Amino acid sequence: MTAQPTDIATYNFAYLDEQTKRMIRRAILKGIAIPGYQVPFASREMPMPYGWGTGGVQVTASIIGPDDVLKVIDQGADDTTNAVSIRAFFKKVANVAVTTDTAAATIIQTRHRIPEHPLTAGQVLVYQVPIPEPLRFLEPRETETRKMHALEEYGLMHVKLYEDIAKHGRIATTYAYPVKVEGRYVMDPSPTPKFDNPKMHRSPALQLFGAGREKRIYAVPPFTDVVSLDFEDHPFEVQTFDQPCALCAAENVYLDEVILDDHGGHMFVCSDTDYCEKRRADGHRGHLAPETDLAPGNMEPAR
Amino acid sequence: MTDEPLLRVSALSKFYGSRVGCDNVSFDLWPGEVLAVVGESGSGKTTLLNCLSTRLLPSSGTASYRMRDGQFRELYRMSEAERRFLMRTDWGFVHQNPADGLRMTVSAGANVGERLMAVGDRHYGKIRATAVDWLSRVEIEEDRIDDEPRAFSGGMRQRLQIARNLVTGPRLVFMDEPTGGLDVSVQARLLDLLRGLVTDLGLAAIVVTHDLAVARLLSQRMMVMKDGRVVESGLTDRVLDDPRAPYTQLLVSSILQV
Amino acid sequence: MPTPLVVSDVAKSFTMHLRDGIKLPVVAGVSFSIKAGECTVLGGPSGAGKSSILKMLYGNYAVDEGQIIVTHEDGLIDLARASPRTVLSVRRQTIGYVSQFLRTVPRVSALDVVAEPLVERGEEREAARAKARALLAQLNLPEKLWMLPPATFSGGEQQRVNIARGFITEHPILLLDEPTASLDATNRDVVIELIAAKKAAGVALLGIFHDHEVREAVADRVIDVTAFAPGKLAA
Repeated sequence: MTAQPTDIATYNFAYLDEQTKRMIRRAILKGIAIPGYQVPFASREMPMPYGWGTGGVQVTASIIGPDDVLKVIDQGADDTTNAVSIRAFFKKVANVAVTTDTAAATIIQTRHRIPEHPLTAGQVLVYQVPIPEPLRFLEPRETETRKMHALEEYGLMHVKLYEDIAKHGRIATTYAYPVKVEGRYVMDPSPTPKFDNPKMHRSPALQLFGAGREKRIYAVPPFTDVVSLDFEDHPFEVQTFDQPCALCAAENVYLDEVILDDHGGHMFVCSDTDYCEKRRADGHRGHLAPETDLAPGNMEPAR
Repeated sequence: MTDEPLLRVSALSKFYGSRVGCDNVSFDLWPGEVLAVVGESGSGKTTLLNCLSTRLLPSSGTASYRMRDGQFRELYRMSEAERRFLMRTDWGFVHQNPADGLRMTVSAGANVGERLMAVGDRHYGKIRATAVDWLSRVEIEEDRIDDEPRAFSGGMRQRLQIARNLVTGPRLVFMDEPTGGLDVSVQARLLDLLRGLVTDLGLAAIVVTHDLAVARLLSQRMMVMKDGRVVESGLTDRVLDDPRAPYTQLLVSSILQV
Repeated sequence: MPTPLVVSDVAKSFTMHLRDGIKLPVVAGVSFSIKAGECTVLGGPSGAGKSSILKMLYGNYAVDEGQIIVTHEDGLIDLARASPRTVLSVRRQTIGYVSQFLRTVPRVSALDVVAEPLVERGEEREAARAKARALLAQLNLPEKLWMLPPATFSGGEQQRVNIARGFITEHPILLLDEPTASLDATNRDVVIELIAAKKAAGVALLGIFHDHEVREAVADRVIDVTAFAPGKLAA
């Protein structure tokens, strides 16, 4: 392929053909109409391997327009391989504007995080989902799990939480923590940390979930109830961190551990790189922050 | 004792193509009554059990069940959601192979607690206390509560399966060869346990077995099946001590004497 | 007081399907009744059908012909045609039975074997056990055996458990199939006392006693079963 990024006509807009996009949009609409319900769709081969976000990419490709501004994050970071390559992909096949600024994006494709900056009405958050079925590890038969969803038989989900408490004394599930959507369907929020679960509840943004290998799309429309499952005597709690971000001193955000050397040195920093950079640009300084800092936006992928 | 049966079965038949599964079976089952269905492999007793427990739909015939509100409901006209709800609350099903009735990869406590959670119990402490109580009733030590059934012996697994089924206080339990594949001493313990639970809880049960000794010990009434048809039925001790049908006589005379 | 049990024209035969369907007639034209407060004894040689008659009266053997009318729960029931459920109810409330041999259940103690019929009739378990203890003591069963399952007991010990189980309830009719067969003289006397007490309480007893001494002591009336031999009827 010799096409240049500006040579958009060589591709159909956003890579997928129009019939495929139509099919996926119908799946998305159905998903929005039945919040939390997994809609099967004819997942296409994409120019990247399964497990690299093919579900999210197909959803994004089906909803993106020339005026959209796209942000892609991987574990909260804009600058990791997966995020960089997907962003480059859409620049190339849709020629859209890209950004790392959460507030400036109209579509945010994410792997395993919800940005710290609150989302607003009109934004769309597209999740890359590896395994959409929350009951999968407890009931391997797909015929059975679909029936359980249909009949609202969700006792099994609590069995998993029961096992956690029995083994660890508390609910030890920290990511892909099951939620009930609009009081009906139990849904896997994809492997986001449970820290992000409360952000899904009544979010003004539209949340779409795409699982390419598993061929499922599901959705949480804006302002939908999303409740994390728990027990009366073991209520749902999010992770807490006993220190602020080492770079921007932010509290009540999700932190990643970063290894500094091979002598056990480490620090905890914001997993959301855009959020962290903005705070530092605003003058916040953590105890390990360097004197001079990268200006935000310097990390645009090289052409 | 109520004057109405718990289950009314009328002219129930199941055909697999031209082959007969069970043919024209009718009976009533009253609360607290244990009915044994005996016959050799292929006699249709398991087909009958699966039809009655709605795991299989019959080709013709009806079965109606008296719900807790006293109303009879036609089993095969219920929605699947209602049937499955019945299955995990008011009914139990004890499989011959405990692995078919247990979740082998979750702990004993969770196996017992699952039905409670399925009907909306959301208090971990209470669920666990109930699980401990039930494990002790089926003679499983409390300190095994967090072990997976994979680590249990065959007899323990079967007892766990029974606890898992009885925790919601069902009124009707289906059992498919509950003592099959167990050592004789383990069988005796299980039978005694079942007998005690059935009496204490006033359970009605339909027990499929090819073992006439099991039938004698557990049941008050018995149906003998051959080639999908009921060839003889009546009080268990009457059928065993004064068998009338040729096939029943053959069965009874084939028992090994110890 | 109404007659608790009336047997009329009852016939019984066995058809041996495994032996080319040959028919073995056992009894025919069996007709008698028993009275409350009396002990009626079935007499006749072995094989005359005494046990078969008792078993038909208990619903344990099917009846070919005739009627067995029992006063049960303020009504009359034909046991020969009764549904299994009715027979079970009659056994629970009206007719008790002491069989020749005890059918043991694994792991159930002698005490609970004896108490069980009372528990089935709705009595509290502890109250039932208290009565069972008293009876077992009366029958001189060593106390150290009470909590053991009777499977390993001697014939005489099992028989005493069986008798206690049969006598513990207040059934208005009690059937006794050679209850004293393997008992020593002392315990035979206890059984005679127990039967006398039942009679005094208005129970109608029907029994088979090979032991001449016991029969003399308890029988108010003897029915000769040879009169019901199948051949006689035709004659």
